[in-house]
Amino acid sequence: MSAGLELAGVGKTFPGGARVLEGIDLSVAPGEFVCVAGASGSGKSTLLNLVAGLLEPTGGTVTWDGRPVTGPGPDRGLVCQTGELFPWRTVAANVAFGLELLRISRAERARRVRWYLEEVGLTAYADALPGSLSGGQRQRVAIARALACEPHVLLLDEPFGALDVQTKEDMQIFLRQVWRDTGTTVVMVTHDVEEAVFLAGRVVVLASDPGRVAADLPVDLPAERDLAVRRTPEFLALRTEVEDLVRLHHTAHTARRPG
Amino acid sequence: MSTVDELPPAARARETRGRADWPELPRHPARRARAGWLAPRREISPAARWTLRALSLLVPLAVWVALSTSGRVDPTFLPTPAATWDAWWEMARSGELWTDTAASVRRVLLGFGLALLISVPLGFAMGTWRWALAALEPIIGLVRYWPAGAFIPLLIIWLGLGESSKLAVLVIGVVFFNTLMVAEAVRRVPQRLLEASMTLGATPGVLVRKVIFPYALPGIIDAARVNSAAAWNLVVIAELFAATSGLGYRIVRSGRFLQTDRIFAVLIVIGVIGILMDVGLRLLRDRIGRWTP
Repeated sequence: MSAGLELAGVGKTFPGGARVLEGIDLSVAPGEFVCVAGASGSGKSTLLNLVAGLLEPTGGTVTWDGRPVTGPGPDRGLVCQTGELFPWRTVAANVAFGLELLRISRAERARRVRWYLEEVGLTAYADALPGSLSGGQRQRVAIARALACEPHVLLLDEPFGALDVQTKEDMQIFLRQVWRDTGTTVVMVTHDVEEAVFLAGRVVVLASDPGRVAADLPVDLPAERDLAVRRTPEFLALRTEVEDLVRLHHTAHTARRPG
Repeated sequence: MSTVDELPPAARARETRGRADWPELPRHPARRARAGWLAPRREISPAARWTLRALSLLVPLAVWVALSTSGRVDPTFLPTPAATWDAWWEMARSGELWTDTAASVRRVLLGFGLALLISVPLGFAMGTWRWALAALEPIIGLVRYWPAGAFIPLLIIWLGLGESSKLAVLVIGVVFFNTLMVAEAVRRVPQRLLEASMTLGATPGVLVRKVIFPYALPGIIDAARVNSAAAWNLVVIAELFAATSGLGYRIVRSGRFLQTDRIFAVLIVIGVIGILMDVGLRLLRDRIGRWTP
C-alpha cells in the first residue's frame, strides 16, 4: 500500500446516467504538485470532488495512506474558482475558521493565522471584509484558510480561472512559493495548459466522455521557476505536447457528439 | 455600375460570399436610450430627489386641505387638518390615545414575537434540510392563502373574546408567509460555501451555527421587516371586532359617533408607528448585514 493519495479504478456515474469518470488510476506521493488538465466535460472537477469526499465514487476506491476517503474533512482542503469566503468574517477570521473547529487555544490560533496571512502577503488586510478585496486577494485568503488546517493535500479547482492574466501570473508564482514553503501535496485542476506545465511536477491529461487518464507526464523543469522559464525550449516543447493531447481528446469528444 | 474596387471597405467585403444583394442596415441617428426621464435607472440629482420626496407627502396634504376647507365637502365626511389635530390633541390629553397605542403595540409585540418564534425555526429547517422542505412546503403553501381575517369568527368561538383570539389572528396572518420567506433566505446560502466549509472540517451542527445562520440572518431580518407591516395591519383588523382597547377599537368607536376627525387622527398615528417600526428594523438589518453587497 503506497503512501499518499491513491485512486484505483475510480468511476463516477451520476443518478441521471451521465458517466463522468471511468477507470481512473492515479497516485500522488506526499509533497507532489500534480496538475490535472483536460477540456471541459472531462470530469476534472468531479475528480477533485471525489478526492475531497464531497462526492462518492460509483466504482473503485479513493485512499490516503491506505485509508479510504469517507467524506469531506480538513485533511483535504478544497479551493474553488470563486474561493467562497465567509463574507461576514474578516480576512483573519476566515483563515481562523478551520482552527476554531479544532479547539486549540486562542493564542495558538492567532499565531498561526498571523503566519499564514504573512505567507500570503495579506497581513495589512487582517481586519478587512472579503467584499473589499480584489479577486486575487480573495483567492489568497481561500488558500490560506485551507492551508491553516495543515491538509495532507490541497485541492485546487481552477483557482485562478476568474482572474486577469497579470494577476494570474502573480498568483502562480505565489502558489509555487507557498507549495515550497509548506511542503503540502497539491492537486490542481485547470484547463490552462501553460499554467499546468508551469506549476506542476507532473501533468495528468484527462480524456473526455467518460473522463479517463489519457497521459501522465513528468515536468522536467528546474524547481526554481520564474516567468522566464515559459520561454525556454523545454517548457515550450512540453506545453505543446500537453496542448496537443488535450486538443486531441477534446476533438475526439466533440466529434462523437451528434449534430 | 461601379467596380468592386471603388466601393468602401465594408461594402467591398459584402460583395464576396454572396452577400452583394443585402440592403444596407438602417442606421438610426443616435437612439438616446440613456437620456430623457424615461431612461430606466437613470440617476436624478439630489435636489430633484428631495423635491419629489417632499411632494410625495405635500401633494396629498394639499389636496386634503383644499377639499376639506372648500366648503363643498361635509366636514362629517372629511374633517379639516385643523379638526384632526384638535381631535388628536383631545385624545392625547385625556390619555386614551396612549392606552390604545400601548394596547395595540403590546399585541403586535406578543403576536408577532410568537409568530417569529414559530416561523424562523420552521423556515430555517425548510431551507436547510430537503426532508423538512418536502414535509412542510405543501401544507404551508396551501394554508397561507387562508385570509387571517376569515379566522376571526372561528377564533372567537374557539378562544373567546379575550386577548388570545386577537393574538391568534396575528400569528395566523404572519406565520406562514414568514416561514416561506425565511426558508427562501436560507436557501440562498451558496452550495459551494457549504462545501468549502465541509472541507475545513465543518460538521452539520457547525454548518448550521457558523455558516448557514450568519449568512441567512440579514435575509431573515428582511423577511421580518416585511411581515411586521402585515402584523401591524392585522392587529388593527383584529381590534375592529369585540375589543375594548387598541387603535382599531378607537376607530370603531369613533365611527359609531361619526367622529371622522378622530378616525383620521388614529390613522395618522398608525402610519407613523408603522414607519418607525420599519426604520428601526432597517437600521438593525444594515448593522447586522454590513457585509452584504
